Amino acid sequence: MKYIRDIGSYFSMLRLVFSRPTKTSVLKHLIFKEINDLIISSLGIVAFISFFVGGVIAIQTALNMENPLIPKSLIGFATRQSILLEFAPTFISIIMAGKVGSFITSSLGSMRVTEQIDALEVMGINSLNYLVFPKIIALLFYPFLIIFAMTLGIAGGWIAGVYGGFVSSADYATGLQETFIPFHITYAFIKTFVFAFILATVPSWQGYYMKGGALEVGKASTNSFVWTSVLIILANFIITQMLLG
Amino acid sequence: MIKVENIYKSFGEEEVLKGISTVFEKGKTNLIIGQSGSGKTVFLKCLLGLFTPEKGKIIFEDTAIQDMNKDQKSDLRKQMGMLFQGGALFDSMNIEENVMFPLRMFSKSNKKEMLDRVNEVLKRVNLENVNKKLPAEISGGMQKRVAIARAIVNKPKYLFCDEPNSGLDPRTATVIDTLIQEITHEYNITTVINTHDMNSVMEIGETIIFLKEGILVWKGDKTEIFKTDNEVVTDFVYSSDLFKKIRAVQKKEG
Repeated sequence: MKYIRDIGSYFSMLRLVFSRPTKTSVLKHLIFKEINDLIISSLGIVAFISFFVGGVIAIQTALNMENPLIPKSLIGFATRQSILLEFAPTFISIIMAGKVGSFITSSLGSMRVTEQIDALEVMGINSLNYLVFPKIIALLFYPFLIIFAMTLGIAGGWIAGVYGGFVSSADYATGLQETFIPFHITYAFIKTFVFAFILATVPSWQGYYMKGGALEVGKASTNSFVWTSVLIILANFIITQMLLG
Repeated sequence: MIKVENIYKSFGEEEVLKGISTVFEKGKTNLIIGQSGSGKTVFLKCLLGLFTPEKGKIIFEDTAIQDMNKDQKSDLRKQMGMLFQGGALFDSMNIEENVMFPLRMFSKSNKKEMLDRVNEVLKRVNLENVNKKLPAEISGGMQKRVAIARAIVNKPKYLFCDEPNSGLDPRTATVIDTLIQEITHEYNITTVINTHDMNSVMEIGETIIFLKEGILVWKGDKTEIFKTDNEVVTDFVYSSDLFKKIRAVQKKEG
């Protein structure tokens, strides 16, 4: 029963987010602020993780190739496929559920506890549009972060593969181009947009509707990470089945 | 003026407000007092439109909030100022941005005009040279004054205050009370204050209603409250040692 009520409350929140818009000049400022808080400030951690995970994928692939008949270009191919199809869109999104999702939930939760959301409502402002809509728009730029992750992941694989002595640059480049299916990029970006929407709205729902004090803000942040991750994994399964299955 | 007619509000099985009727007068500080759990905050939130009563009417001037359409409600909200218990200043904005916020949202003035108005109200609440500070960088009393400045920056017709003195030392509390009363008279607005602080009652209680378990049990002003025979009210008023001693002296003097 609780889950049905929560699902209803989530969709009713979405309806309110898109109604009674905030003044455009104010909204523009808020969107830029959210792009900075949610996207730009995540560049460092995404770069670090993508680069090293790309490197690890290349090394793991190389170390597991025992058959001398398998071409070395497979290292480039495996790295590309892993990064493009799963690591960059899905696992970076899980990491972002921890970083960005917790940030969204705790900031909205703190605003709820300190009556800042009530203050907005009393002023006649649609607090959901004011607080959540800019986050949704800012996360439309999330695919740029994923392109960044893809690029650095593949670069990390190349550096680890070549400088670790596992593959030559030419073989790695050949692998990257082998049996390339452009639709995989489309698939990755369709997933990315869905995950971006989940990343903006699920943590917002957790924070906006939380009740209690500081302890509950912490609990809401944890719940936010759990539910955002679960929904990303479920959405990933459904989209993969629909588009590639 | 705000007229309340027989309002009822429940949460599940629990009836919190039970048929409250009263009038909050214009140009006066109207106090709602009562013990914790008496329904004061729920009543205030009904007045603000944050809760919808199941029965009864809340009439602002001539129109009941229940009969207003969305646009009218939105216009009414723009005429309200609210001072929250903790100030509810936006952490991410500095003092100037906090006070300017309602103007940015609703006013058509240019930046310079808005800034002039912000400085005017900050001066009115005796705060200067704090414009660029963050709320966390000023004291609790100053935060309350900033919150008052934000509440009045749009020249509201109604000012609502929820426990304006909570967490303040007695001297700062008196400063805040006096400021609210001065602003009420100066702007000729209808001010409704939710409090359980007897010092506030003595300072600024121009009209007072007393709630107990969601029922309005007494109505009067700051002089009448010390003379009433209503036991529920006297139990509340003379609950502290200080007021017990004052009462003993009063009785002795006849």
